[in-house]
Amino acid sequence: MIAELSYWQETAIRVGAGLGAVLLVAGTLVYVHLFKMVSFMQSRLGPMEAGPYGSLQLLAEVGKHLQKEDIFPRKADRFVFAAAPFVVLASTFLLVVVVPGGPDAWFVNNDVGIYLAMAVSSVSVIGILMAGWGSANKYSLLGGLRATGQLIAYELPLILAVVGVVIQAGTMNMQGIVFAQAEGEIFGWGGIGNPYILTQGVAFLIFLIAMQAELTQSPFDMPIAESELVSGYMTEYSGMRFLMFFIGEFATAGVFSAVAAVLFLGGWYIPGIDPTDNIMNVLGPLVMFAKIVILTFLVFWVRFTFPRFREDQLQRLAWKFLIPLSLANIVVTAIFKVWI
Amino acid sequence: MSPLSSTDAPTQGEDSTETEDTDATPASDAVREAMLEQLTGELGDALVGHHIEPGIDLTVRVTAAAWAETAAFLRTGMGFGYFNFLSAIDWLPSPFGRDMDSQVDLTLEQDEDADAGDADIEPMEQGLAGGDTRFQVLARVNDIVDHRGVTLKADVPDDMTVPSWVEVYRGANWHEREAWEMFGITFAGHPGLRHIYLPGEFEGNPMRKDYPLLARRVKPWPGIVDVEAMPDDADAGGDNEDASTTSADPADAGESTDAS
Amino acid sequence: MTDITDRQQLSYIAAQAADARVNLELETEGMTLNIGPQHPATHGTLRIVAKLDGEQVIAADPVMGYMHRGYEKLTEVRTYPQVTTLINRIDWLGSFANEVPFILAAEQLMEVEAPPRAQWIRTLLFEMSRIANVVLFLGDMAVQVGAVTPVFFAFRDREHILNQIEAATGGRFHPNFDRIGGLKDDLPAGWVTETKQVMKKMRSFCDEIENLVMGNEIFQARTRGIGVIPADIGLSYGLSGANIRGSGVDWDVRRDNPCGLVYDELDWRVWTHPDGDSFSRFWVRLQEVREATRMVDQLLDGIPAGPVMAKVPRIIKVPAGEAYVETENPLGVMGYYVVSKGDLVPYRVKIRSASFNNMSITPWLLKGVYVPDIITILGSLYFILGDIDR
Repeated sequence: MIAELSYWQETAIRVGAGLGAVLLVAGTLVYVHLFKMVSFMQSRLGPMEAGPYGSLQLLAEVGKHLQKEDIFPRKADRFVFAAAPFVVLASTFLLVVVVPGGPDAWFVNNDVGIYLAMAVSSVSVIGILMAGWGSANKYSLLGGLRATGQLIAYELPLILAVVGVVIQAGTMNMQGIVFAQAEGEIFGWGGIGNPYILTQGVAFLIFLIAMQAELTQSPFDMPIAESELVSGYMTEYSGMRFLMFFIGEFATAGVFSAVAAVLFLGGWYIPGIDPTDNIMNVLGPLVMFAKIVILTFLVFWVRFTFPRFREDQLQRLAWKFLIPLSLANIVVTAIFKVWI
Repeated sequence: MSPLSSTDAPTQGEDSTETEDTDATPASDAVREAMLEQLTGELGDALVGHHIEPGIDLTVRVTAAAWAETAAFLRTGMGFGYFNFLSAIDWLPSPFGRDMDSQVDLTLEQDEDADAGDADIEPMEQGLAGGDTRFQVLARVNDIVDHRGVTLKADVPDDMTVPSWVEVYRGANWHEREAWEMFGITFAGHPGLRHIYLPGEFEGNPMRKDYPLLARRVKPWPGIVDVEAMPDDADAGGDNEDASTTSADPADAGESTDAS
Repeated sequence: MTDITDRQQLSYIAAQAADARVNLELETEGMTLNIGPQHPATHGTLRIVAKLDGEQVIAADPVMGYMHRGYEKLTEVRTYPQVTTLINRIDWLGSFANEVPFILAAEQLMEVEAPPRAQWIRTLLFEMSRIANVVLFLGDMAVQVGAVTPVFFAFRDREHILNQIEAATGGRFHPNFDRIGGLKDDLPAGWVTETKQVMKKMRSFCDEIENLVMGNEIFQARTRGIGVIPADIGLSYGLSGANIRGSGVDWDVRRDNPCGLVYDELDWRVWTHPDGDSFSRFWVRLQEVREATRMVDQLLDGIPAGPVMAKVPRIIKVPAGEAYVETENPLGVMGYYVVSKGDLVPYRVKIRSASFNNMSITPWLLKGVYVPDIITILGSLYFILGDIDR
């Protein structure tokens, strides 16, 4: 069906869907998790006035931020300061392109999809560092530097955790990884395929921890650390640029969760339905959405429960624990792949 | 209205040396007597006054020169390791009147050097353990093992300098900064007498009695209205404190001097 | 009792080493970071000028006075009953506790004694304001190290206490309930039963905090060994309350000098912790809240019958004299040195507030720590800005 469209029509649909996928997911996460779930955890109701149960609160927030003055600190590096939120948001959009939602519901079907995802996910570091530097604020600078150190440290376990999946699936194509799981078998039983969380459970945990750090959420939120650094690299931002950081935070949480869902939870396929069936182009995105919500629930649950690490403790966790563990996981996976 | 304050002011420790009110309680307070003895033995003539409130407290007055030695001896020799506070008292009777309803209180301009010989101003009266000068430093240290405490005082000489305690008690640092800023007393040997509360360019020493509380000079305290006599209790003078109404004894109330 | 534990000694050496290092490396260009006066971690308007080398603090200097209200001066133009209105605002989280030592000092000068019932209710409200104050610390300490949720639980459960204080005194934050010679009023009907329920809730809150915050590995990693105060240093700085008991010093004014309050008649204990670090201060405060709930229960059971107000003159004129009374307030030892010359107004009131002394150790304590630890240490010292600035 989609193949009958011209190239430009197809591209327009895919770009539009990509925008929708990022913004819709981000909005849902803000409402479901930030406004409601966390409020219930903290024995309060959350927003209740705008729309039924506060469902339109996000629109009100966006409207508020858009009306605000776009303030530049006097000594700010204006170009760097202005560009930083775009770089951060661009990283999120680049990341989402490789995430498939169905047999044909993909944005880019790239043979090195997961490789691309891991590469572009680091781009946000540059944006954060730009924000920290450009703000001409010591808190921002400390936040930016902390973020850089942290993201670089956790990029490694993140990638190493993915390597296990890639070895098992035998492909870097995200679509291929989904098919590999859908067609996999558990000791000869193919009833639910073989979601890699079963064989790559350790990698999944490492991925989740590293993802939490990449998202700079508690307990890894030193770059923002509101009780220490006020708001870290976001301190000086206001209005629309702050909103972009804010959306970026939640959208990235959603997109990373989507990557995790594809890698470990079987992506968009539903057991019992032929993965190439056209109906999956409709059901697939819904399945993905459900998995994203579940995974981000974990992210925000942890975020609002745990205290934060100190910088040295975080580095110690990454270098002395996560990286050796993920290397061991790769070795074990390779051994099983080759001999069993 | 004449100042209420001038009518009665029986001070308890009017003498400069050993004034114990032995009449109220069987006064012997062995613990504090022993402390005093030990201090007298160490300091000798530097201990110029003392007062024991039996069962409650010991106040000792030393000379300014011995101020730091006293602290050092208390800390190392007597186990008073706990620094409680350090401050100062200005004994100058306030040139602005002490009661809120005094006429002097309403005076906006006050002659600065009038306070010494003016008949309206009562003579300076130092409190417990006596004293000779206008300013006294006041400090308290504790012995947390035996649960003892001692209040120390020292007359501040005319050059307004007393030795610092920082070498003995680290905590004295901020307290001395506060006393320096509020009373203008210099602490010799303090590592950095800077303003602690007030802005750096602030002039004057607010806690001195001759430093006017400007808000009061400009506008009398609105609570003064309540001090007027109540209709049903004409001789009581009245105040704005309603709690004691339940148990107020007319005899007690009549006792207080009424100015109006 | 005042022995220095090994850990305390180590920290002392570390601080000395940091000192030496500062001297060695004076020529390196550091960064001066102004923490505050507007900063989420400073509970108000405290400013800390920190000279940093990377993220390590080489010198920290607290700057106060942004909220200095000059209470010592203001008390000189207010009658004794009016003073309590002011001093309620010193430690605004446990307000009632501020009134008690001043009233006790005035009573000591007037040689008035509050009737037993008033003394019991005073002690009761005193301990309740301790709970109201320290409960917030328990939640806030978690915020300082990055967990946002516990403080909501603290506010939720503190509400119960505030409701009880309001029911008894008419004021949530500033009761202004204590009078020379007793109390403004008796307790309302049914209050005792309700308060017992609330104490149960507070105990379950303590358990919740213990599970949620204190048992957390990250919390422990962030607080253990951070900001160690050796006992002798703490004493010479005049630290008090949980800050000094967290360094293993067994000293509590409630037990050692319960002037005018009925702690002697209760069955309770003083909690200490030998380590002297941020965690031990948190631990001691948690135990103190628990102890306070138990004390409140005993007080509720034991209130004697009788009047709540002694016979005092209609116009309160305090005889000449000087009195110093201190009590163990939620933040530490709070005392008032009251000098009277026989007037309606005090001649001089020296307010010895706990946080002022507690904070004076920060220049020494913050030397050599990292920026995140500044926040942990400040949080664990637990100051209220009104209590520093007065």
